[in-house]
Amino acid sequence: MSLLNTFPEYTLTTRTDELLNWMRKSSIWYMLFGLACCAIELMHTGGPRADIDRFGASPRASARQSDLMIIAGTLTLKMALRTRLLYDQMPDPKYVISMGSCSNCGGLFQFAYSVCDGVDKILPVDVYVPGCPPRPEALTEGLLKLQEKMMTERWLTRSNGAREKAA
Amino acid sequence: MEPLKIYELVKERFGDRVLEIADKKPDPFCVIDPKSIVEVCQFLHDDPQTAIDALSNETGVDYKDRIEVVYHLFSYRHRHTAVLKVKLPRENPSVATLENIWKSANWMEREIFDLIGVNFEGHSDLRRILMPEDWEGHPLRKDFVEPLEYHGISTVRESPIVRLEAGKK
Repeated sequence: MSLLNTFPEYTLTTRTDELLNWMRKSSIWYMLFGLACCAIELMHTGGPRADIDRFGASPRASARQSDLMIIAGTLTLKMALRTRLLYDQMPDPKYVISMGSCSNCGGLFQFAYSVCDGVDKILPVDVYVPGCPPRPEALTEGLLKLQEKMMTERWLTRSNGAREKAA
Repeated sequence: MEPLKIYELVKERFGDRVLEIADKKPDPFCVIDPKSIVEVCQFLHDDPQTAIDALSNETGVDYKDRIEVVYHLFSYRHRHTAVLKVKLPRENPSVATLENIWKSANWMEREIFDLIGVNFEGHSDLRRILMPEDWEGHPLRKDFVEPLEYHGISTVRESPIVRLEAGKK
C-alpha cells in the first residue's frame, strides 16, 4: 500500500538523519570568543546588519554550551594551549571555522616567534574563511558552507560517511 | 624647557655620572651611569624646574655588544620631554627599578625583562608579562634561538615562496 496522500496535510515526511541535521544546522551556537582584529568583524557579523541569527547562529558565553568555535584572529602560542582547552570543553558534535589569514596560516605574523602559524596545527578545522579580515558577508558564507557540510552527515548509520573526527 | 637644557641641569648636579649628552635627531638623549639612574630620575621628578611627572615609555634595545634601557620622560606641567639611556653589559644586565618614582614603570619593566632579559633590582613583581610563563629565553635578544616546538606545537615555518613553488610542481 502506498503511503502517498495518506497523511494529513500538516505532516511532513523526511529521513531521521536529515531531520536531525536540519535541527542542528538551524541552531548553531557559536562561542563568543575572539583573538584579535577579526573578532571585530565577528561581532559585526552577529550584529543587526549581517545578522547571522537569521540562520540560527547566536553567541554563547561558555564553551560547554557551544557547537561552533570561530577562531577569529592571530593565534599565539600562549593562546594556542588555551584554545585547545576550550575546544576540549565543547560537547560533541563540534565544529571549527578558521576565520581570516592569521588563523588559516599565520598570515602577516607567521614568522613571529610568538605566533602559531595556522589553527589547524592544534584543532581540526571544518571551514576556512579567507580575508584579512573577512567581511561579514564572507563569514556568513562560511557559516552557510558549514551548514551544507552538516547536512551531509549521517549519524544513525556507521558506514557511509559517518563523521570521523581527527584527534 | 629644551631637552638639552635639562641634560645640562643634570650634568651640573651629577657631574661624572652623566656619561654622554648627545644632540641627535629626533630626540637628543643623555647617557647616565646605571648606578645613579634612580637618583637622577628622582631629581628630575622632584625639581620644580623640570617636574617630570610621567614616564611615557621605557624600553630596552639589544645592540649586540651591549644592552640599553631607554627612558622617555614627559612633564605634563611644563610640556617638555627628556630621553635618558643606560648602557648595560650583555651578560646579566641589571639596573635598579624606577617603580618607586613612577608606577607605570612596573609593567614596562616586566616587558623588558620578558623580551630582553634585563633584571630590575627591587622590582616588586618581576614576572613575564607577554610570553607564557614556561617560555625559555628572551625573544628580542639578537642571539635568541627559537625552540623547534612549544608544547608539541611545531614552530618550524616554511617560507611562503617555498610553499608556492611546491604548489607549482
